[in-house]
Amino acid sequence: MAASKGQMASQSLNEKTSQSKTWHQVVLQTLKRNEIRLVPYVPDRVLTTLIKEIHADPYFISFPTAREEEAVGIVSGAWMGGMRGAVLMQTSGFATLANVLASLAIPYQIPLIMFVSERGTLGEFNYGQSLVCRTMRPVLDSLAMEHHTATRLDEFEFIVDRSIKQAITTQAPVALILSPLLTGGKVFDK
Amino acid sequence: MNKPESAPARNTKVMNRFDLTSRLVAKLKNEEAVVGGIGNTNFDLWAAGHRPQNFYMLGSMGLAFPIALGVALAQPKRRVFALEGDGSLLMQLGCLSTIATLKPNNLTMIVMDNGIYQITGAQPTPAAALSDIVAIAIGCGVTNSAWAADEEDFDRLVEQSLTAPGPTLIGVRIDDKPGTGATRRDPVQIRERFMLGLGVREAL
Repeated sequence: MAASKGQMASQSLNEKTSQSKTWHQVVLQTLKRNEIRLVPYVPDRVLTTLIKEIHADPYFISFPTAREEEAVGIVSGAWMGGMRGAVLMQTSGFATLANVLASLAIPYQIPLIMFVSERGTLGEFNYGQSLVCRTMRPVLDSLAMEHHTATRLDEFEFIVDRSIKQAITTQAPVALILSPLLTGGKVFDK
Repeated sequence: MNKPESAPARNTKVMNRFDLTSRLVAKLKNEEAVVGGIGNTNFDLWAAGHRPQNFYMLGSMGLAFPIALGVALAQPKRRVFALEGDGSLLMQLGCLSTIATLKPNNLTMIVMDNGIYQITGAQPTPAAALSDIVAIAIGCGVTNSAWAADEEDFDRLVEQSLTAPGPTLIGVRIDDKPGTGATRRDPVQIRERFMLGLGVREAL
């Protein structure tokens, strides 16, 4: 299947350049290095290992929320109270956030850090997911939000680390979109 | 009347949001954080007298409790109050399960329940006729949840919450009066002053 081939191609590319760190280890270590302890999330298949590893590490306070918007409220409150946070979600979850981005994170200048596992492209099997994915970048662009799509492991740590630092120093939200090229994504035969 | 005829009989007094907010604010002696939800809850918090530890939401309906939870997690030694409307809470009921699971013992949630979207023209909420918000909270696992019978009972429940082993939710029935003040809508200043008030930042 085309999707599986693509996944294999991206995995071999990543293996060559990674010095044995996986993308989820990069996320975990970079969060720690930037003192981001609070990690609420709405789960996603691709994020499963990352979520497990974060739960297993006592440095983090991590828990599921009922909605992505709720997680954004929690990390916003925590930031104002002096604790740094990041939210993990899937593309369809990001699609529920336009209101909270426009009425809380951006106008209050809160450095909201979001990791969005990208569904809806490069082998998507659910039409609804591919449609909702198309709303994500237009929403980010319409709010002039910083966002990056991570596709390669060799660039990933740089993107994550610099984006976190920029969000905090400029007090502006950032979305880090985790492409299937980086993560392998979710495919029909999984 | 705000409530349809089918509303269950309550033994709780119908109180006033501004009066209750003023009572709460008057009790605060330890730089407690207070998060006011969208619209009337934060208008009345503003009108009760601005404090550096007050946060006023200007949008993001339903997020007063999640924001307060974030503050409570970041500063476990500080008491955090959150004021939310019934219609707002209905938008984010899931947060009650999150809060019940995390069990922050420094969080007191107050739900101002008039059964209506007062600010948009007093339309009844879908919960107005039949749903009991305190029962919902208990069902979510916030076991320390109760309706305040009257103002004195409200004071007592607030006091009790200070030493409760987990989060507290206090439901109050309120009238259909609009908010008393109008918060200055300057989100950056609101956030910066709140952070100063919480000791997270120093003034420039």
